[in-house]
Amino acid sequence: MKLPVKMTINGQSYSHDVEPRLLLVHYIREAVGLTGTHVGCDTSQCGACTILMDGDAVKACTFFAVQVDGANIMTIEGLAKDGELHPIQMGFWEKHGLQCGFCTPGMIMSAYQMLERYPKPTEAQIRHQLEGNLCRCTGYHNIVKAIEWAAEHMPAKR
Amino acid sequence: MATVAADRLFGKSIKRREDPRFITGRGRYVDDLKLPGMTYAAFVRSPHAHARIRKIDTAAAARHPGVVAVFTGKDMTGVNSLPCGWDLRKAKNIPGVVQDLAIVPHMPLTSDAARHVGDPVAVVIADSQEAAIDAAEKVQVDWEPLPAVTVTERAAQSGAPQLHADAPGNVAFKWEIGDRNATDAAFKGAAVTVKKRIVNQRLVANAMEPRACVARYEDATGDLTLWVTSQNPHVHRLLMCAFVLGIPENNVRVIAPDVGGGFGSKIFLYNEEVICSWASRRLKRPVRWTATRREAYLTDAHGRDHVTDAEIALSRDGKILGLRVKTTANLGAYLSTFAPAVPTFLYGTLLNGVYTIGAIHCEVTGVFSNTTAVDAYRGAGRPEACYAIERIVEAGARGLGMDVAELRKKNFIPKFSGAYQTHVAVSYDSGDYGAAWDRMLQMLDYKKFRAEQEAARKQGRLLGIGFSAYIEACSIAPSKLVGALGAGAGLYESGKVRVHPTGMVTVFTGSHSHGQGHETTFAQLVADKLGIPIEQVDIVHGDTGSVAFGMGTYGSRSASVGGTAILMSLNKVIEKGKKIAAHLLEASPGDIDFSSGEFRVKGAPGKAVPFGAVSLTAYVPHNYPEGLEPGLEETSFYDPSNFCFPFGAHACVVEVERETGNVRILRYLAVDDVGNVINPMIVDGMVHGGIAQGVGQALWEGAVYDGQSGQLMTGSMMDYALPKADMLPMYETDRTVTPTPVNPMGVKGAGETGTIASPPAVVNAVVDALAPLGVDHIEAMPLTAERVWKIIQGAKGAR
Repeated sequence: MKLPVKMTINGQSYSHDVEPRLLLVHYIREAVGLTGTHVGCDTSQCGACTILMDGDAVKACTFFAVQVDGANIMTIEGLAKDGELHPIQMGFWEKHGLQCGFCTPGMIMSAYQMLERYPKPTEAQIRHQLEGNLCRCTGYHNIVKAIEWAAEHMPAKR
Repeated sequence: MATVAADRLFGKSIKRREDPRFITGRGRYVDDLKLPGMTYAAFVRSPHAHARIRKIDTAAAARHPGVVAVFTGKDMTGVNSLPCGWDLRKAKNIPGVVQDLAIVPHMPLTSDAARHVGDPVAVVIADSQEAAIDAAEKVQVDWEPLPAVTVTERAAQSGAPQLHADAPGNVAFKWEIGDRNATDAAFKGAAVTVKKRIVNQRLVANAMEPRACVARYEDATGDLTLWVTSQNPHVHRLLMCAFVLGIPENNVRVIAPDVGGGFGSKIFLYNEEVICSWASRRLKRPVRWTATRREAYLTDAHGRDHVTDAEIALSRDGKILGLRVKTTANLGAYLSTFAPAVPTFLYGTLLNGVYTIGAIHCEVTGVFSNTTAVDAYRGAGRPEACYAIERIVEAGARGLGMDVAELRKKNFIPKFSGAYQTHVAVSYDSGDYGAAWDRMLQMLDYKKFRAEQEAARKQGRLLGIGFSAYIEACSIAPSKLVGALGAGAGLYESGKVRVHPTGMVTVFTGSHSHGQGHETTFAQLVADKLGIPIEQVDIVHGDTGSVAFGMGTYGSRSASVGGTAILMSLNKVIEKGKKIAAHLLEASPGDIDFSSGEFRVKGAPGKAVPFGAVSLTAYVPHNYPEGLEPGLEETSFYDPSNFCFPFGAHACVVEVERETGNVRILRYLAVDDVGNVINPMIVDGMVHGGIAQGVGQALWEGAVYDGQSGQLMTGSMMDYALPKADMLPMYETDRTVTPTPVNPMGVKGAGETGTIASPPAVVNAVVDALAPLGVDHIEAMPLTAERVWKIIQGAKGAR
């Protein structure tokens, strides 16, 4: 049995008939074909599949696609606007906040919400807010620096 | 020793050129690949640690909608065992080494018995992932559960369940190195001897990207392409074609695209990759498999798992007279690709550490158990050696009543360059161990710390410091040497430089980047050497279809071995370019200099041609030297003459919370000497990550098997404690620079230093913190709050 599902991802609308058990992350990767959202675990620990759903950073493995019918989603592919990198993306590049790159999309999407909540986060806040995202390459040092860099370079809120 | 020009990118922290695709979600990992007609594999795995297979009934699974095929080991006729690429029996002419090895079969799908939880026994291939998973649950295996052994010390004891007919007593090998008699004599003459049991627990690499493969067989051409999460695609191809499947390797292309971390776990040839390749040939359709994280825990080669009795002999004034080490190394159920090398030649040969030691003897017994196979994990053998030395040295100092820093300083091998012959076969390339140590103590302000510690102790606070003065062997490795040690392969690297007519350059390297940043560092070398903008340089890696050959990336070998191969080809390109330039400038090739992207006639200012003009001439040879081939492309293979031996000094400051046993890292300092550094930002990043993994081992990580059932208790990220951002500090790093004489760039290797150095520093710090309670040793890691709390409760000075 398949059910219809419709959502907006990075400003584009998609609709598919999917199995009810299909996880949102697999929907995004396999049905929609946006492979920047990664799967690093099967217990919602790693955070590599973090996306923004209706403005909240969520792990896309924690929803079935059919649960989020009508949602407005942004994935890593939707973050840069008109070829301009977002300050968080620039921060990760400037501060060497990535090595293998696999956790990076999830880290960046988590950081996006973090900086909305804490525009000038302390080191401790950054570390705490990254609780749901695992990285095995960087030891987090440069991820913290990257987010600090991004906080300094975010355009002022209008 | 050649040097590199002054206006160079060498040594500059330029931003990584690979990053734009990763930060925009456009990396291309294996699981991102979707091919027309693709099928999906799901494996049926043993739920038992040890069980005979009476019967496998696949009928119901085969009838499941969407299923294309179900295969068991019996279907894979003509397929051989997964090979073990390191045969200790072939080791010869190495003084003091006694070796034997039980090579046991490791079939891609086991048919007789399962020997660890997760051992694959059947594969279901279906049109969708869901159908494959559903059908796999319908495969009925009639198991006869057998007693299992998982505990390292018990595996070779009498009465332990036997895993393999060819390995009596579960002994895979017995191996020794060093001088037993001289060591016995040193211990007899010692003022103080200290013996401790030191356990280096089993770890799981946990690269963030799970293993995956896509195999595509094309019936029309007979070609097979395998995309696979590999650190060494050529090695994968060679082992799979020549040893397991018996198919011509020129019909097989292995591509390791963007790979999300490896840490050793993606070196090896695994069952699933072979099975998907075989199945694609059989079904004539593409087959994809991606490990779930649960499968990764059960099947990715694990690391470490040593139980060691280490013993140090000291003179009254603190000289290290002798070191005796007896280790049991758990190899798991089967011999993984390079398993026998890790607890032997990558371990015993590093036991000389950075110290002048009177005599050393080391015995290692490798044992089979009903656990996942153990092989190289970041550092591979060297962390185990460093841990044993740096723990026993501190235990020795305490036994003698000497300061741990002072005892080390007394015993450092004095500064040297060229060769220092150890007691354990290897000869170090260059070292200045005292310099790195002094720099670390200076950053730390050791005296001040001890005063603070004293004050804190008076308030009842448990503050501690631990050190680690490490050495490691990297740039693996001279082929002749590793051949003599039993390696089935050479460990050179290839590098091809293709100069295009317009002066653009493509470099094909046998090294593979899965986070190391080769697309940047190698391009820095090329841009420097050819005097061209880095934007003109492309680095290609990870594809047997385009790269000549390659041994891949592990053992911190990419810059030193892979980079040197590229450098050799660059030199050849310049030499050929000089001949072309000489012709264009009407001079003799011997009179041509090349620098900053220009070929110039020596002593004739103004007589010059740019690199681009020479490359164009090479491909449009209208006006061209007699007897010279057109084109500008060179290939080199570099085989190092020795390992390189990075070293350094790490320190960790901790505070232990008395009530909970929780360990908090207050400072972590690392002074590393990795020789010359191409890109300091990248090296710092690797040091950070390595430290995090080592701290993870010291404090939280560990693969735990239930001793009765043989189940892996830490089989998910919920159970295996990986370090998170808020568990780790900022790292204070610095470097000393002692270039290696082994290669022309003087680069050693930086990928593993942090993982090697940090566990003993952290554990030593906790022991120091608990010293006021009467604790003088901690046997096992990780030092979780629970374990430390129990140690505190049991300590004689606790109340």
